[in-house]
Amino acid sequence: MKTIIEKIWESHVVPANESGAPDILTIDFMLLHEVTSIQAFDLLRERSIPLLDISRLVATLDHSIPTRKNRFDIYDDAARTQVEALRAACAEYGIRLFDFDSGYQGIVHVIGPELGLTQPGMTIVCGDSHTSTHGAFGALAFGVGTSEVGHVLATGAILQRRPKTMQVEFSGSFAPGVYAKDAIVKLIAEIGIGGANGHVIEYTGDAVRQMSMEQRMTVCNMSIECGARAGLVSPDDTTIEFLKGRPYAPKDADWDRAVRHWRSLASDPGASYDRSVRIDVGALTPMVTWGTNPEQAISVDGTVPRLSSLPESHRGVAAQALAYTKLSEGQPIRGVKIDYAFLGSCTNGRIEDLRIAAAVLKGHKVHSDVTLYVVPGSERVMQQARDEGLVEVFESAGADFRMPGCSMCLGMNDDKVPAGKRCISTSNRNFIGRQGEGSITHLASPATVAASAVAGAITSYGG
Amino acid sequence: MQPCTTVTSIAAPVAIKDVDTDMIIPAQFLTSISRVGFGPNLFVRLRNSRPDFYQNQARFQGTQVLIADSNFGCGSSREHAVWALLGAGIRVVIAPSFADIFSGNSAKNGLLLVTLPESDVHGLLREASERDLKLTVDLAKQKVRADDGREWDFAYDPFRKHCLLHGLDDLDYLRSHLDSITIKKAELRTNWFYSSLVPNR
Repeated sequence: MKTIIEKIWESHVVPANESGAPDILTIDFMLLHEVTSIQAFDLLRERSIPLLDISRLVATLDHSIPTRKNRFDIYDDAARTQVEALRAACAEYGIRLFDFDSGYQGIVHVIGPELGLTQPGMTIVCGDSHTSTHGAFGALAFGVGTSEVGHVLATGAILQRRPKTMQVEFSGSFAPGVYAKDAIVKLIAEIGIGGANGHVIEYTGDAVRQMSMEQRMTVCNMSIECGARAGLVSPDDTTIEFLKGRPYAPKDADWDRAVRHWRSLASDPGASYDRSVRIDVGALTPMVTWGTNPEQAISVDGTVPRLSSLPESHRGVAAQALAYTKLSEGQPIRGVKIDYAFLGSCTNGRIEDLRIAAAVLKGHKVHSDVTLYVVPGSERVMQQARDEGLVEVFESAGADFRMPGCSMCLGMNDDKVPAGKRCISTSNRNFIGRQGEGSITHLASPATVAASAVAGAITSYGG
Repeated sequence: MQPCTTVTSIAAPVAIKDVDTDMIIPAQFLTSISRVGFGPNLFVRLRNSRPDFYQNQARFQGTQVLIADSNFGCGSSREHAVWALLGAGIRVVIAPSFADIFSGNSAKNGLLLVTLPESDVHGLLREASERDLKLTVDLAKQKVRADDGREWDFAYDPFRKHCLLHGLDDLDYLRSHLDSITIKKAELRTNWFYSSLVPNR
């Protein structure tokens, strides 16, 4: 009886000959982007090593690119140099690049799944910690540094120690207005931002089985925010249904073979894990962060914790966080005025996220004190949002609907929250200055962000 | 990779839990196509917002050893965090625990991470903020020695130790196993269900 984690690991490892050496883990698929991948090519060039195999490499532009309409003109010299360097490397080595207006450009973790490139049973890496997103398909997917990107380019493999396994069971059914984002933020709040260090999480339970692929991706995406190496979900009918007909999904006889293989990967009943955690989502209400790391989260109905109620080791960090977010102990979080709202990112920039937010915004106006950015995760999401009439909903509500990219999640381009301004955001990190120097971030679900944008203050949908 | 053997330095305290890689090097400084040049922006936000931060104290100038709190290096996978530390002259970080990806990135660049029990690290953090605490970190013997003779043993992955002491990196090791990697990949190829990256629209 094995977990999917063990099945993928064991099938991809070249046993170490030398005692004490880490395992050699072969990698099936790697995504490249302009910020952390470029320097990896230098590792090849410096040692005159050829690139091993381009058949399982894909590149796109997402982190530092502008999201304004005339995005071809990158004003920032350093960002433009990065983009041009990636284009040149892809041309030199023959790597498939999904550039602007290819129809497929977008955030690495949005395009892999939507193109059917991400498939169950794969090992997937990318120079980005949110690579765990792809785990929603039953792939072992995790972020690596630039050196390891170079190792994959040169050898198709990296050195890894076998991870420990952790089961996170989300049981029960979500109440209306409560989503996968609330469940994963709740998990992080419970176990802490280092709570899963050294582990790969498998998400199980009724609530996970009921989730769409988009929701599963949101959950797996934030696995890194509790320190997990990766997070994944065993494939099932929902996974297979999602992949069918995608541009790179298998066809015809290959499809039937693929489905048989994928189904065999699910964790065996009774397989055991090094650790297990269970969360009943039936009792869950919309969550929002109050501090400067993702574990500092409470229900939208809750109050900012009193320092005396926290474990002593957490008080120092919490006091500094409150000083930064300009909130007081015991203060209700609902009603805190916001200046910005951000809908997008690899956590919540997919079509379902936009549909949920549009449903909340329909017939309403964004509050006059609030700037709402809606940034689709990819060109396909953007096109789909147009086709479904969502863009019209966003624009008539007064939102700024922009071109695809990482945008205000990490503020590497011009999309920044100004100093001292407060933003409610569907992204994944509320670190100090993450969305711009001096900016204050509150993480929440798309429904909560949309409802708050209308109210001009933190609130939940229907709250 | 530069070999890492023995480092002796006044240790600088970073008494903050969960130092994330955004704190080590903010995203806005990542727009570079180089692996060098990040040192000047190491901890730039902490330096600018905290007058008592070690970088604002002359006595820590040229320090090569940092003492930090638990879960150091969490968050983004950016290897730039390690490049920034090394670029600013840091060779060793001592903490109760480190985040996974950061640990991997450190080993690949010759930055030595030393894990010691939390109570010991908290004691060292206090000492380093109160006086000039000179520490010698000896990877070969896996010992941290204080200037007054106290010693702490630390555990270290034997494979990583060999690599670090000799300045070897993973790429050399992986390339020496390319034949078995190729055999494994051929075996896995039977479960690859797309062969071309030209989309079939």
